[in-house]
Amino acid sequence: MKFSEEKLKKVQEIIERYPEGKQKSALLPLLHLAQEENGGWLSVEAMDLVAGLLQLKPIEVYEVATFYSMYNLKPVGKYLFEVCQTGPCMLKGSDEIINYIKKKLDIGVGETTSDGMFTLKTVECLGACGYAPMMQMGKYYKEHLTPEKVDQIIDECRRTAAQNN
Amino acid sequence: MGRKLLLDKAHIEGIRNYDVYRRNGGYAAVEKAFKMAPADIVEEVKKSGLRGRGGAGFPTGMKWSFLAKPEGVARYLVCNADESEPGTFKDRYLMEFIPHLLIEGLIVSSFALGSNRTYIYIRGEYAWIVDILEQAIAEANQAGFLGKNILGTGFDCQIYVQRGAGAYICGEETALLESLEGKRGNPRIKPPFPAVKGLYDCPTVVNNVETLAAIVPILNIGGEEYAKIGVGRSTGTKLISACGNINKPGIYEIDMTISVEEFIYSDEYCGGIPNGKKLKACIPGGSSVPILPANLLLKTVKGEKRMMTYESLADGGFATGSMMGSGGFIVLDEDQCVVRHTMTLARFYRHESCGQCSPCREGTGWMEKILHNIEYGKGKMSDIDLLWDIQSKIEGNTICPLGDAAAWPVAAAIRHFRDEFEWHVLNPEEAQK
Ligand SMILES: NC(=O)C1=CN([C@@H]2O[C@H](COP(=O)(O)OP(=O)(O)OC[C@H]3O[C@@H](n4cnc5c(N)ncnc54)[C@H](O)[C@@H]3O)[C@@H](O)[C@H]2O)C=CC1
Ligand SMILES: Cc1cc2nc3c(=O)[nH]c(=O)nc-3n(C[C@H](O)[C@H](O)[C@H](O)COP(=O)(O)O)c2cc1C
Ligand code: SF4
Ligand code: FES
Repeated sequence: MKFSEEKLKKVQEIIERYPEGKQKSALLPLLHLAQEENGGWLSVEAMDLVAGLLQLKPIEVYEVATFYSMYNLKPVGKYLFEVCQTGPCMLKGSDEIINYIKKKLDIGVGETTSDGMFTLKTVECLGACGYAPMMQMGKYYKEHLTPEKVDQIIDECRRTAAQNN
Repeated sequence: MGRKLLLDKAHIEGIRNYDVYRRNGGYAAVEKAFKMAPADIVEEVKKSGLRGRGGAGFPTGMKWSFLAKPEGVARYLVCNADESEPGTFKDRYLMEFIPHLLIEGLIVSSFALGSNRTYIYIRGEYAWIVDILEQAIAEANQAGFLGKNILGTGFDCQIYVQRGAGAYICGEETALLESLEGKRGNPRIKPPFPAVKGLYDCPTVVNNVETLAAIVPILNIGGEEYAKIGVGRSTGTKLISACGNINKPGIYEIDMTISVEEFIYSDEYCGGIPNGKKLKACIPGGSSVPILPANLLLKTVKGEKRMMTYESLADGGFATGSMMGSGGFIVLDEDQCVVRHTMTLARFYRHESCGQCSPCREGTGWMEKILHNIEYGKGKMSDIDLLWDIQSKIEGNTICPLGDAAAWPVAAAIRHFRDEFEWHVLNPEEAQK
């Protein structure tokens, strides 16, 4: 994997946010960038690339990448459903939503559908407790989930994917 | 209607944009601040009595005055926008809908503290809010409120947004600083406090989003005027994020003079419990604070009305009181199972423990497992005492308060709802359903 010219400009811009000699601070932002460029997950190659850009030892990068839950160290489906299961969401029926998605997609938590389209994960509180039940899908939140709304979301993903093929 | 200082403009169409914000009185606090000496701004904040809105309630003015100022060493202001405490979603609202209020507060505060590089550390999941904040920062730059020699004062300041990557512990200020330095989010031992040794070992103030936004009205109306709102040491207004079994979940700005009962049942706030159900329990200040059964929530042991203030919510200590915490107000109706709710919280803390201290790393795991067994009808009576024992051994024996935060909800649940735990043990078949 490689960063495009445009992305390399962005890398430079990020490094300049920190004082001289403190470029290690750019590690989290660059890992986010690398993950986006690499189809939603961080391969060893992607992490090594970031290490090279920041003049860090690869191990320093792995150490950090493994600490944070948003870095995926394995490939994920085209659409990642991250459903919150913490207390406030549980009070509003997140268990039912998780079960519904499992049945509908015929996968367990942590699994990806055989067509590589959907991955289901459970996550802990995402700061949307008042709009529960909810899940994160890519950059955005889907809130006030119901089985019907889940159906709609899945249909829409399938439609978008078909159009882009 | 209580007084609104933070959300008074939230409903103005287009307030997210600089022009609209400015037309409605925005950035007046910056203009005022730049005519003052930094020390006088700190003085105003002291007078306001503002207490940290991140949860610990430490007096902001005092923290600012503790900031070390050695010659030739940079100082930093870091805004804590990690907001990950279950039940808490107020900072998100401020940033999403009135981002310029935070940016304005950050400029004033950076000037008061002498921070030329100011960082907003935001939880990684709030990815779209990063865009909103960066847009607001770009607009403030364009308008000359950020950058070099702001308003001709010779003061330079830039604000940067740093996105976390999914770790509750990075809301703890020293873990946040580690993370901002590009490391794992392992908390540091305090003291030294960040005010002495913070980001890159330089003196640093870490404040919550809401705390920094409140600096704007404090400058606008003056510290003394701000201190007149509220009761005793609970001055000013507070954002409460309300969720769970209530008719109107959402964000409310309260002045700290209303009772808990009014907050739950009044149409101006939560609007009561849906479907005519009864109130069972409530965690008034985010998942880390003790849960209270309805009777102790609405009235203290002394029989006084419980108020939405720091002091009143804490009245009775851990035995019969709770805390204001982060303002994450979680309501449970009579149909909810306290054991199950506590189990999800134990899972949360086990998941979020950074693993540095064994009481926290091992204890949170054991607590989750035992709670899981009890919830699913596989527990023994002795497990309840074991659970109590484990939580009591975590508390106070760890580097950071995440350990305590994991222990307290379990302790309070057993203290007030022991009969529910026992019911699960005595009725395993029913419990398994
Ligand atoms: N908003 C949220 O999402 C969450 C909030 N919390 C809250 O966090 C609280 C615990 O936070 P901590 O930072 O550990 O509390 P703390 O009491 O150690 O510190 C509070 C603030 O005051 C400062 N401070 C205290 N003594 C000082 C001194 N002598 N000199 C200079 N500065 C001093 C600290 O640096 C810190 O900024 C809990 O009460 C909990 O409610 C916990 C989890 C999540
Ligand atoms: C485990 C843990 C998580 C925390 N998470 C947050 C958080 O998400 N946001 C926040 O403002 N403070 C959080 N805090 C409190 C911070 O350590 C710190 O007290 C706060 O940012 C100071 O700002 P304030 O004085 O304006 O409240 C957390 C504390 C602990 C122990
Ligand atoms: S108490 Fe828990 S989260 Fe805090 S430093 Fe220790 S192990 Fe880490
Ligand atoms: S508990 Fe699900 S978003 Fe907070």
